[in-house]
Amino acid sequence: MNNLNSWLFWPDQVALSVLALFFLLTIFLYAARIPAHNVIISLCSLAGHALRFTASWLLLTAEGLRQRNKTVLLAHGQAEVTSQIEREFERVTALVRKELGEYPALQRKMMDELTRIEEDYLKCGEVPPPTPEWVEALSTIANLKSGGDIAKKLLEDLQKSVQKVHDKTISEYRKSYEGRHKILKSLMPVWRSVDKSVKNIDANMVNLNANAKAIDTHMARYEEMRAKTDKSEHTLAISAFVQLGISSLVMMIAVGGAFINFKLIALPMSEMVGASDYITNSLRTSDVAALVIVLMEATMGVFLLESLRITHLFPTMSSMNDQLRRRVMWAALILLLILAGIESSLALMRDMLIADKAAMLHDLSTVQPVASDSLLTHIPMVGQMVMGFVLPFVLAFVAIPLEVAVYSLRTVAGVVLVMLMRAISFALRFLAMIFNRLGRILVNIYDITIVLPLLVERWVIGLRGSVPAKASDLKTGRAS
Amino acid sequence: MKFAKYLLVVLLALPLVLSGCADNRSHTNGVYVLIDTSGTYTQQVTKARTIINYLLANLNAGDSLAVAKVESKSFSEKDIIAKVTFDRRPSQANLEKRAFNQKIEAFAKNVKGSAFTDITGGLIQAAEYLNEANPGNKTIIIFSDMQEELGKGTVRDFPIKLTGIRVMAVNVTKLSTDNTDPRRYLDRLAWWEKRVRDAGATDWSVINDLEHLDKVLGNQ
Repeated sequence: MNNLNSWLFWPDQVALSVLALFFLLTIFLYAARIPAHNVIISLCSLAGHALRFTASWLLLTAEGLRQRNKTVLLAHGQAEVTSQIEREFERVTALVRKELGEYPALQRKMMDELTRIEEDYLKCGEVPPPTPEWVEALSTIANLKSGGDIAKKLLEDLQKSVQKVHDKTISEYRKSYEGRHKILKSLMPVWRSVDKSVKNIDANMVNLNANAKAIDTHMARYEEMRAKTDKSEHTLAISAFVQLGISSLVMMIAVGGAFINFKLIALPMSEMVGASDYITNSLRTSDVAALVIVLMEATMGVFLLESLRITHLFPTMSSMNDQLRRRVMWAALILLLILAGIESSLALMRDMLIADKAAMLHDLSTVQPVASDSLLTHIPMVGQMVMGFVLPFVLAFVAIPLEVAVYSLRTVAGVVLVMLMRAISFALRFLAMIFNRLGRILVNIYDITIVLPLLVERWVIGLRGSVPAKASDLKTGRAS
Repeated sequence: MKFAKYLLVVLLALPLVLSGCADNRSHTNGVYVLIDTSGTYTQQVTKARTIINYLLANLNAGDSLAVAKVESKSFSEKDIIAKVTFDRRPSQANLEKRAFNQKIEAFAKNVKGSAFTDITGGLIQAAEYLNEANPGNKTIIIFSDMQEELGKGTVRDFPIKLTGIRVMAVNVTKLSTDNTDPRRYLDRLAWWEKRVRDAGATDWSVINDLEHLDKVLGNQ
């Protein structure tokens, strides 16, 4: 209130003082109108220009970043497709080497089998039974004009001989057929073998065809990447997003496993490093020690998979010679085994500690429970021990999703950053536009505050030059 | 390669960060239980065991616990029935808890009533023990009717020092005179609260329902 009074000319007459102040302020604002307008316009314009400049810079930077991302993404994609093509070629090579290497032997075998089939086929060709000579004899006898008993006897003898010959012929014919059937029967395995060989060749050809198609697809992708098309970039970016999502999901599951792992060894670690030491207000030393053990297991797993060349997180390890790499692999495996053993024994210790505490609480309680030594009490203990041993090995496989996450995160982060920069650039441009308009709005608001002197000014100008003004207005109106 | 470098830097910096964050404050609990053995209150010793059992079940490795009786003149180490600072290893701490429980059991069987009640002397002795053990949280539990009766020549009308110690009166039974005039009971509690707070105690509370013992170690 005292402050307000200090602004009043006549503190006793507030209304008059405020009126006087308003009058003075209006005069001042009217006098400073043109410079004030200039200042407002300049400031808004300055802010607008600065914002637009920043937006342009951001857009340019985003474009540069996008180009860099594209280069890295395409290079990574090309490397990936190259390795896939190489793998397909390796498969084709293995198939061709294996199958074509055996082709001379196979061909020889098939030729032998075909020759045998042909020979056997010829052997089993049907031999017509010999033409019975008795037909002609019969017709001769039948043509005898006189004969009587002689002819009858002859015919009877002939019948007997014919019957004998017929029986003999039939028997030989049957024997011959039996022989041919045997030959045909012995042909069956040969046929089957030929059929199998042909089917194998067919299956190999199908595989080869599939490999060739896969190579074609990869080559098409590779060519697109070489051409640096937007489609290939888009495909690779989406693939990176998907890979990051999947690997994150798997890693979350792995984190759950690590948490269970941690819980198994946190309590027994307090037996080793003490339960009353704290690192921070709520972080026990024993918890940190347990966490370190779990992280060491994960690290050993990463090294193991790296030395097995399943992952490629460390170029140093990839470029090691095979002997050294094998040593690292054995070292990682042995350390992992030791850690798994330690964890298994810690899990056993955990069970013993819990049982000990439970026994102590039973001692303190007034009602003594009946001690149980059934199989059910041993199952959790064995389960904990098995989990303690197995979980480190399960955790080792986290290296695979970790590698995928690391590589795809770079792409995803780059894409998100570019999008963010573009969004900020758009927002800045929008702000710049608002500032430009704001200048005019502020000028108009300024004029509203001094509307009275402005009206007076217009009136005076109107009085002084009403005629010439009207004439000039008319002129300009006509001209327009 | 860059990632490996960053990982190396982070791993190297981790011990420094952790050592910087190291918390040197003590997070242990120290509890001193004073058990009134005067007159008819001797019969309440069984209830005192409930509290002690609760403490034994809930105190952790590294914590301290002492149980002392309040007699005619209680400013003496002789009145301490059992005291222990539990080992840092939970298994060893469990063994110590069992031994402690046995001592308390023996005391409860052979407890004898005393003519006078020197609560102030017990408080001074408790504060001395807790300050020596120096746990993170210091608590004195007084298991008494809070009726101080001093023998001839015992001087206790001077300011005591209970800085940083939480004091709890448990199972404060009503005397026959309190039943006649409840204001006596309330005035007695108010007097002790004032005395304890003036002595610099961080908190004063009264627990008569032994079903709510979770307050003993909670909210510290």
